[in-house]
Amino acid sequence: MMSLLARRRADKRALVMGLTLLVLSVVVWRDATAQTMSATYGIGPAAMPYLIAMALVALGLGHIVVAFRDGLPVPEHADGIAIGWIALGLVALLLCIAFGAGFILATTILFAATARAFGRRALLVDAAIGFGLGVAIHLLFSKLLTLSLPAGPIEHLF
Amino acid sequence: MDSFLSLGQGFLVALEPSKLLFAAIGVLLGTAVGVLPGIGPALTVALLLPVTFKLDPTGSLIMFAGIYYGGMYGGSTTAILINAPGESASVATAIEGNKMAKAGRGGPALATSAIGSFVAGTIATIGLAFLAPWLVELAVNFGPWDYFALMVLAFVTVSATFGDSPLRGLTSLTIGLMLGLVGIDKLTGQTRMAFGVPELFDGVEVTTLAVGLFAVGEALYVASRFKGNPEEIVPIKGSLWMTREDWRRSWKPWLRGAAFGFPIGALPAGGAEVPTFLSYVTEKKLSKHPEEFGHGAIEGVAGPEAANNASAAGTLVPLLTLGLPTSATAAIMLAGFQQYGLNPGPLLFTENPALVWGLVASLFIANAMLLVLNLPLVGLWVRLLAIPQPWLYAGILVFAAMGTVAAKPSVVEVGMLFVFGFLGLLMRRWDYPVAPMVVGLILGPMAEAQLRRAMQMTLGDPMVFFENPGSATLLSLSAMALLAPFVMKGLSRFRTAED
Repeated sequence: MMSLLARRRADKRALVMGLTLLVLSVVVWRDATAQTMSATYGIGPAAMPYLIAMALVALGLGHIVVAFRDGLPVPEHADGIAIGWIALGLVALLLCIAFGAGFILATTILFAATARAFGRRALLVDAAIGFGLGVAIHLLFSKLLTLSLPAGPIEHLF
Repeated sequence: MDSFLSLGQGFLVALEPSKLLFAAIGVLLGTAVGVLPGIGPALTVALLLPVTFKLDPTGSLIMFAGIYYGGMYGGSTTAILINAPGESASVATAIEGNKMAKAGRGGPALATSAIGSFVAGTIATIGLAFLAPWLVELAVNFGPWDYFALMVLAFVTVSATFGDSPLRGLTSLTIGLMLGLVGIDKLTGQTRMAFGVPELFDGVEVTTLAVGLFAVGEALYVASRFKGNPEEIVPIKGSLWMTREDWRRSWKPWLRGAAFGFPIGALPAGGAEVPTFLSYVTEKKLSKHPEEFGHGAIEGVAGPEAANNASAAGTLVPLLTLGLPTSATAAIMLAGFQQYGLNPGPLLFTENPALVWGLVASLFIANAMLLVLNLPLVGLWVRLLAIPQPWLYAGILVFAAMGTVAAKPSVVEVGMLFVFGFLGLLMRRWDYPVAPMVVGLILGPMAEAQLRRAMQMTLGDPMVFFENPGSATLLSLSAMALLAPFVMKGLSRFRTAED
């Protein structure tokens, strides 16, 4: 019977999703109206975006309906600190690429931070493993596959 | 008997030493990622896309197919020994397989799944070799409207079958389609959804999205609920050899599993989950020992394992003949074809028969290699599970970073990886399926191209989609697939209301 009755309080997560989808539809729609050229025959580059924008509106409204009915499934409790450690590793990767610190340093930090997120305490040991992995990947790419990864001071030693 | 001739030539290609090496690397990697939790064939192929960019296309594609097949074998090992199915296709295997292992019959369980996979994989690959030329002849007459309708059907079935809610499946798909808009429009040269960022002019990289959603998202999700106690591995007890009784009870489920897996895998978005569960239920019904089900019945392992391997071969039928991926791995393999400028479809069969038939022939070889790798060496693969989870996921993230940075070493790309990673975490927590998004990104631009081609040819008359019998049938099927879950839900709601 629950599903038939409107819930007294809306499910916040479904509401947020619904609103996000509506905002996205506006973004897609506005981008499509900026298309100046259209096709001589058939349909132009704006047609598909309009279709997608309309689909996003429908889905957004669907989520809002769901918010007042069953809501989204309730997730388990999440360990925010673990997520934070991985986020830290990824930010380090981003900074290493942005400031030319190289791939090896980036993997060292990313490996150590992720291992920490999974409850390991031996940061130095993990950093050493990450460093070894980074060196191995760098050598594989530059020597065997002749592909290049972002280089920094450490890469120039090889 | 064109197929025999073409297949023969295919074997000449596949038996070249370098191709054998690629196949061997593929099946080794595939088995490893199948055994390891949290990393599957789709993600592995996505990570390898940028790495294989400069390698031989035929060899790389043979390797990708080997990974796909290998993942199906490896998944069963984890399902049986630790009751943690490595892939969703092995969920049915875990039900009986783990019970068998706990009862000290892990050896025969692993054997029946490996031999069953081999038998079904071989049958299904023969099916692929004979069905493909026939479908190609049919597909030659396909117009753009038929292709568009086919893709619409794939969209609908992908988002309606993955996950439990069609609303959430369709949302995932539509966001993928939206990401597919990003970049320069090929027909008019205008940029869409790039917001003036030059790095976005080429569009969103499939690798970045797949790696973000599958690898980073999964690592974040597992870390967020990690409690530090690893799963218990049931040691393999007893002989690996199956008794005469085991053989007698296994061979029919193998054949029936192949009969479920191949055709369902070949359907748009049939996938591997449906046939494995169908096979499980059928074996339970037909078994002479129904009382054993739930306590380790060998039929319950033999059938689903055969079905999931057969479905992998089935998936390759629409992928090779129509360019239509029906699973996440196939979608990423399609991206693999595209990175070499190859477009799977009827034309590929005439333009590059050596590649297509070499790939098909290599599947037979990969299957044989997998049987050898999996039976005697199963103890070795189980050791992989001893890798501590912190190192496993840290390694996965390092490889994820490698794949993304190798594809495009830019801050924008890593930033997108970050965003897609958290999107993947959110989607896992709120129970949105991730595969439709990847399919939307890959197939969306292709569907748009076909739609625009169709409308060009008819000078903008949309009726063409309903006047052609092919596209009309496919579109009405899509409409049915789209509406069915809502109607069924409505029905069940009435039923609960009556109670």
